[in-house]
Amino acid sequence: MSHASAAPVADAAVPAHEDLVDEKIVGAHFVASLVFLTISMLAGILMALQLVHWNPLVGVELLSPGRWRMIHTNAVAYGFLANAFLGAINWAIPRMTFQPVASRALNWFIFWAWQVIVLATAVGIVVGPSFQDQAWVMDLSKQWHIPFSLGAQGLEWGETPFWIDPVALFGLALVAINFMVPIARSKGQLYVANWYFMAAFVWTFLTYAMGNLLPEYTVGGTSAGAIGGLFIHDLVGLFVTPLGWGLMYYFVPILLKKPIWSHGLSLVGFWGLAFFYPLQGIHHFLYTPIPMFLQYGAIISTIAVELVVATVVINFFGTLAGRSSAVVTNLPIRYFYTGMVFYFITCFQCALQVTLTFQKLIHFTDWVVGHAHLVMFGVFSLWLFGIMTDLFPRLLGRPWWSHTLCVWHYWLSAGGVFVMFLDLALAGMFQGYYWASLQPWDVSTEGAQPFWITRVFAGLAMFAGLLCFLVNLWMTWRGAETGEPVTATAA
Amino acid sequence: MFESKAGVFFIAGVGFFLLAFLGNGVVPMLMYRDRPEVTAEQLVAGIPEPDEPDPEQWKVPPNLRIMNQFRDLAERYPEQFSVAFGEPTEETCAEALRLGRQIYIGEACWHCHSQFVRPVSNESLRYGPVSQSHEYDNELQRPVMFGTRRVGPDLSREGGRRGNDWHAVHFYKPSVVSSNSPMPEYPWFFDGSPDKPNRRGLALITYIQWLGSWLPEYPYYEELVEVTGE
Repeated sequence: MSHASAAPVADAAVPAHEDLVDEKIVGAHFVASLVFLTISMLAGILMALQLVHWNPLVGVELLSPGRWRMIHTNAVAYGFLANAFLGAINWAIPRMTFQPVASRALNWFIFWAWQVIVLATAVGIVVGPSFQDQAWVMDLSKQWHIPFSLGAQGLEWGETPFWIDPVALFGLALVAINFMVPIARSKGQLYVANWYFMAAFVWTFLTYAMGNLLPEYTVGGTSAGAIGGLFIHDLVGLFVTPLGWGLMYYFVPILLKKPIWSHGLSLVGFWGLAFFYPLQGIHHFLYTPIPMFLQYGAIISTIAVELVVATVVINFFGTLAGRSSAVVTNLPIRYFYTGMVFYFITCFQCALQVTLTFQKLIHFTDWVVGHAHLVMFGVFSLWLFGIMTDLFPRLLGRPWWSHTLCVWHYWLSAGGVFVMFLDLALAGMFQGYYWASLQPWDVSTEGAQPFWITRVFAGLAMFAGLLCFLVNLWMTWRGAETGEPVTATAA
Repeated sequence: MFESKAGVFFIAGVGFFLLAFLGNGVVPMLMYRDRPEVTAEQLVAGIPEPDEPDPEQWKVPPNLRIMNQFRDLAERYPEQFSVAFGEPTEETCAEALRLGRQIYIGEACWHCHSQFVRPVSNESLRYGPVSQSHEYDNELQRPVMFGTRRVGPDLSREGGRRGNDWHAVHFYKPSVVSSNSPMPEYPWFFDGSPDKPNRRGLALITYIQWLGSWLPEYPYYEELVEVTGE
């Protein structure tokens, strides 16, 4: 194994850290990711306020809650998660493979290109609809019978305006090349984390190409619906999930200073995910006119992947056994394992809610919104917060300004998202029963108010957690003297 | 194989992705490959029957309902309409539908309103007939707006349920006609007041009135008076 902590190698064979990792780009990606996370959370709060009639910015075209709702999801996926992952793999992959990325210059090009892509997407979504009605755009649409859109396109997470799609795809290809070169050059057995990373580079490119080129331009009708389902599903399952687990396989053994419990279970986890995860796309559109046998196939593979997830989680808790006090003393480890508990909850929830019985009640309700927040924030964002909590002191060369603020960040984030999850799951069941009982529509929106108000405050708590982190980062960056006794955040 | 670079790259990365794409994507594509996609113009004007009956020919009748709604908009808001679309012809109606749908997407209507009726949960009682695959084989369903969340109701059978004036007021300030509605306000679809919908507003109302207009039943709010003979 080429894993730094697990396989002691003679010092002479280990390249210097400076030759492997460009620390500046790790920090740059992290900072960019936090900027986009701030924007995204503000957009989410705007939409939450709209639902409870507290939106202070009514009737402002460029602040329309609908447009900013798409900023919310896109900024999380492409602005926050993609940037934070790029930062983290810029640290992890070179250190794991003992090989630097293919080109540092290319790395910086990717960094700037990606920020331009995300910002252009945001501008397109917010400003685009106001300028959609241009003669040349509508003529183009009329001529080709294709919805060319200056604003959002009609696919969740594929809203990226059509003129950005090829550029983003080119960017993803560059990312794949830059990081697959060190993996390809590495010697000896390939460590688990690198399986996930390598597959993620292939999958992300293919998924993005499929979702952004097929439904709008080539396929129509319910077939495009099936591909749309596959796209939104694969974006979570084949881009976010493998990068997230790959990072866990890297950071958890290093911070716990012990190898992963079972190599066999790692194999089961990776290959099970690779096989079953992509087969489930259609489960987002159950009871649609998509052929029923395809819906059944998606349901069965979703339940199958839950078993795979159980093996992965067992493997990580097996690794923790004997070092469980680390959850108390080591904040990044606490983030990681909280995320894994949430991951198990969401996947267990998946196996239930994917059944047609559950779907009847909870589809289209806030239950699904709660589920999505628990996955994207409760799992992957917490993991990335943990990684940042671990890495920023190393990048800046000094401990966190305030350990207390780090702890507050953890509790507000984890507590806030868990309250939001429970709240929205409950709201979803109420909505489902209101609808099925054929009461007037208003009953379902009025009945949701207590839950939506709770959700606003849960969201504000999560945002307060982020503010703690940002203040702490700012003070640490400035090199402010800490007033607290020195306690290592990662003991 | 399971731990080698080539195995991960080709089997897990490329292979399993393509396998899933084959099952989830290519199978429905092949199943529906014989269905031609109807253009927006054909949706409004219909596809004329050929002189010699051709069983292979896809039959699309002219959509009189959406033309009625479109003409109603022209009569109700004559000044606004003539500036926006000129005359209510089949061609301008197709243009309005295409633009209206782009606005529906750009303003994220589809993130709070679905467009398919499920065969469960009493949905066919609330909305109308359960959605069928052939309803989606046209340009204005590219890509389909199935949606994933219903903050507001499903809209796939919304056409004709309410008058154009109701929609105008509702887009301007939803709470006026639907108290306590959490829907945002869209004053930028109007030139200052709800009786002056601009080109975007007229296009979006046309698109909403089109939804479900292809079904045997179309509630036709405005003609209900004639039907009941009052």
